[in-house]
Amino acid sequence: MTGDAMVPRRAADAVAVARAATLQSLTGSQRRGRLVSGIFVILMLSGVALAIAGLVALIVFMFAEGGGRMTWSLLTNPPSTISPGTAGYRTAILGTLYVIGGVVFMIVPVGVGAAVYLEEYADKDRWWNRLIELNIQNLAGVPSIVFGILGLAFIVRGPIGLGFVAAAGSITVGLLVLPTVILASREAIRAVPSSISDGALALGATRWQTIRMQVLPAATPGILTGVILSVARAIGEAAPLLLVGAVTFVTFNPRFFSDGYSTLPVMIYQYSNRPQEEFRILAAAGVIVMLILVLALNSFAVWLRDRFERRW
Amino acid sequence: MTTTSAEGHWSLSASSPRYGEKAVLVFFWLCAVLSVAVTTAIVFSLLPPTIGFFREVSFSEFFGETVWAPAFATPSFGVWPIVVGSGIVVVIATMVAVPVGLLTAIYLSEYAPNRIRRVVKPALEVLEGIPTVALGLFAFWFIRPTIETLTPFLPWQGPFSIGVAGLAVGLLVVPLIVSVSDDAMRAVPAALREGAYALGASKLEVSLRVVVPAAISGIVAAMVLAGSRAVGETMVVWLAAGAGNPTVNFDLTKGAQTMTAFIAGRSTGDIPAEGVVYDTIFAVGSLLFFATLILNMIAMRFVRRFREVYD
Repeated sequence: MTGDAMVPRRAADAVAVARAATLQSLTGSQRRGRLVSGIFVILMLSGVALAIAGLVALIVFMFAEGGGRMTWSLLTNPPSTISPGTAGYRTAILGTLYVIGGVVFMIVPVGVGAAVYLEEYADKDRWWNRLIELNIQNLAGVPSIVFGILGLAFIVRGPIGLGFVAAAGSITVGLLVLPTVILASREAIRAVPSSISDGALALGATRWQTIRMQVLPAATPGILTGVILSVARAIGEAAPLLLVGAVTFVTFNPRFFSDGYSTLPVMIYQYSNRPQEEFRILAAAGVIVMLILVLALNSFAVWLRDRFERRW
Repeated sequence: MTTTSAEGHWSLSASSPRYGEKAVLVFFWLCAVLSVAVTTAIVFSLLPPTIGFFREVSFSEFFGETVWAPAFATPSFGVWPIVVGSGIVVVIATMVAVPVGLLTAIYLSEYAPNRIRRVVKPALEVLEGIPTVALGLFAFWFIRPTIETLTPFLPWQGPFSIGVAGLAVGLLVVPLIVSVSDDAMRAVPAALREGAYALGASKLEVSLRVVVPAAISGIVAAMVLAGSRAVGETMVVWLAAGAGNPTVNFDLTKGAQTMTAFIAGRSTGDIPAEGVVYDTIFAVGSLLFFATLILNMIAMRFVRRFREVYD
């Protein structure tokens, strides 16, 4: 639909509002209107308050539960099913580092590459490019557990056949957050005005030189924000990893391509599953570690966006 | 640099073939095509075991029976109990998240001064980024006992509750509803608002009778996306609603299984790589994949509509 076709609708909207406003001012009392407005403002503020209260309650509750276990040994001690008093998250943290390292290694080049192709090279009139776009949007909405099934059938077993190792978890989670990275990078690249690349091209730079030396540097803060938010999401992701082997109870330091592995959220889940009170405290302490990590990354991303994002 | 061709005319083609440029383009193209390959791989990892499953279990049993007990000694494969479980979560989550999210979005888009916007927006992003394990444990350890104390007249039993799971998922999808509908409302041209103000409408009338109707496609998209997210949510429902019974359950105070929780629960035990029980994971996975696919398609259609109208 073009803009012109919408004009009658806008006009109709305006007429409807005019009629409503006139009727109101002629029939309704001014005081009642003010009362209704006041009630609505209170309703809106309680909506905002409710959402924020949920977040604050979660954080406060977890600190109240697990705060007592917040020592360095929580991070450095190996896990245990017998002595919850001294058990820690060492192998799970290492597992998370491996998985996330692999995710970053994968999503940065591939995510940015796909975004550059779609924004700078792709001809939007071609059906295959539209298919790629539609596909990425759809992929962003596929439930994480379905990616777990993909990981199980395709990466752990099947064609790739890595086995239940950290690398398989890494690829699975990487594919899961890839659409988010692509969408954020596209947004960042699109925000760079075309006059910048037109100027570079007019001066004789090639397409790739223009992208490498003008477009990408200008888009870096936006891309980085998207990557960091995706990493924060990847750290907290547990569901797909359940299917690709992270449930193994490992007491030894994991390796990337062999042996079992676990990650922080999965380990937290396993501790929380045990009946004793000490394990519940241990799980809550693990949640605090994860929350600190995720909140730090989120705040960093927000700061980065506010600090470096340029308005052209 | 330009060169002269044999006839002495200036040629505009590049003087060197620039293989590097082409290699870079091929790399970028491969990156973009990878996403299509991923979708194809998802379909190919779901389809063969699903077909294998329906060779053992008839369609009429899967969609006709109401007892879900695939791993029992006398197995039963009626999928309705877990579909109803997912459905309850979606309904409760949207009932919680739509009013809260919509009110927040109207406030942020129409009322809030910039100063408050700058605090609330990042806070909601943080809420969106809360690991689902943390939210699930919060629901299981805190929300459930709190609600039980507040409503002692309800027949609470056992540690799990599908209603509480729905509530927690609702909290999880609030930020999604806020950000999508806030975008839609901010895309409404200022001229519409100014016109209404000029005609004597109050702020409330402008918000509810002009901006919300004008942004309705984006708001609907937000609701559908939230529903899709709620269907696919795993850890929260698994932790808060538990494994549940094999029969259909509409009692919100009791535990119940969802499609996602079934997949998660099945896969944490030892997974024998074959057999009809293993294949149920994929059959339920297919159902989940297509349910969310349809919801996402609908949402994208609505999003496209508001983009086209006002961009």
